[in-house]
Amino acid sequence: MRIIVDRTRCTGLGMCESVAPDVFEVNDDGELELRTATVPEGRLAEVEQAVACCPNEALRLAP
Amino acid sequence: MNEVGHLVVVGASLAGLRAVEAARRTGFAGRITLIGAEDHLPYDRPPLSKAFLEEAGVPIPTFRDEKVLRDELGVRLMLGAPATRLDTDGRAVVVGDRTVAYDAVVLATGASARELPGGRDLAGVHTLRTLDDAVAIRAALDSGARTVVIGAGFIGSEVAAAARRRGLEVVVVEAAATPLVRAVGEPMGEVCAALHRRHGTEMRCGVGVTGLDGAGQVERVLLSDGSALPADLVVVGVGAVPATGWLAGSGLLLDDGVVCDETLFTGVAGVYAAGDVARWHNPMFDRPMRPEHWTSAAEQGAVAARNALEPDAATPYSTVPYFWSDWYGSRIQFVGIPGADEVRVVDGDVRSDGRLVALYREGDRLVGALTLDAPAHVMKYRGLIMRGASWRDGLAFAAERRSGAAARPVSRDLDTDAIVDR
Repeated sequence: MRIIVDRTRCTGLGMCESVAPDVFEVNDDGELELRTATVPEGRLAEVEQAVACCPNEALRLAP
Repeated sequence: MNEVGHLVVVGASLAGLRAVEAARRTGFAGRITLIGAEDHLPYDRPPLSKAFLEEAGVPIPTFRDEKVLRDELGVRLMLGAPATRLDTDGRAVVVGDRTVAYDAVVLATGASARELPGGRDLAGVHTLRTLDDAVAIRAALDSGARTVVIGAGFIGSEVAAAARRRGLEVVVVEAAATPLVRAVGEPMGEVCAALHRRHGTEMRCGVGVTGLDGAGQVERVLLSDGSALPADLVVVGVGAVPATGWLAGSGLLLDDGVVCDETLFTGVAGVYAAGDVARWHNPMFDRPMRPEHWTSAAEQGAVAARNALEPDAATPYSTVPYFWSDWYGSRIQFVGIPGADEVRVVDGDVRSDGRLVALYREGDRLVGALTLDAPAHVMKYRGLIMRGASWRDGLAFAAERRSGAAARPVSRDLDTDAIVDR
């Protein structure tokens, strides 16, 4: 699964980072960086939780 | 255990919506009814005091359209009238003259803005909680209103910032000597007040409001020091109270909210609570809390619905609270709780503009972190707090970040790019 960030919606709040810090990281400019482009092996539930907790609905997963 | 056939969710805002969505995600195929006091479909509240106010024409932040709610989520919507009573013996929610029987119910009626006594008698005086409030405030800002904000909390501060951004005159009146002391502690409250002053918002702290004056429309705010502030728009931001009035006599334990255990269960069969109305026991800090935060409402809605549908497999809701607030283009973020024992600034300077990081101690534990324009830091502290980090761990991490920042710039950017492009 690929992780897709809608840059028009993301405001860098970082909820996703607090759920999966090795996948999502907000940089000093407040922009979200993906530390991996796809969901790491065995981590789907955690990444799904990170996607679901975004207040701006800026994240989604795609095959 | 009887299977739930009908889940009723009372409250059609964030927590209620997330309850509905979580119920369907778990595969629940029974009936769902969503009861909401307002006419509107569920909408998102944080933008109402932020982007929505900054200019005319920002669209209403509705979460889902009606078709999605009805067809995809299979929800029966009962909007436009508040629930008036909960009959826990008869397992029914009463909405005026209608009665809705439930097998399980999630109470998510939120909180109502606290009002000034007599404040509703004059036009131009508003609290900010609902979409209708925001629409009225925005219209006043559009017409160039001289704005007085009563209460320097987060909502009031965001309104002041939005008005200033439009170039309007704004005065913030705060009864306490320092704003936000309960939310973030005294030193950080000073930092927040300074942010207002730097952007041209007048702060009147340590002074009370004795009355509002005007003929039909508000014209002046009268203060306890004898002075008066001219005003076309008054926004009252003096906190919120949990919307539990309709639960009187229900048998539920009410104490600054609906009292729940760590699974959001009220102790009465089939009844769970979520969001601003719920005062639940947070295992992370081993104490009851009612944080009134977006993130808590969203997550609790989902947990309460899952637990209501499968009480035998109920899971606790344990969290490090998180909120954010945007003023004058700056972002304040807070994770954890404002521990009373010590607040220490570990990065930046309270007297200067830029980035700031402050940590909160309770006993020997790191319990909170506040950042101003430090988006790359805040969630790392949330992780530390979640893992039960000691105060010493927190300080050590802060020192590491500071020295890392000094050595970092170029190489780190290259590394990140390489990872993203892979």
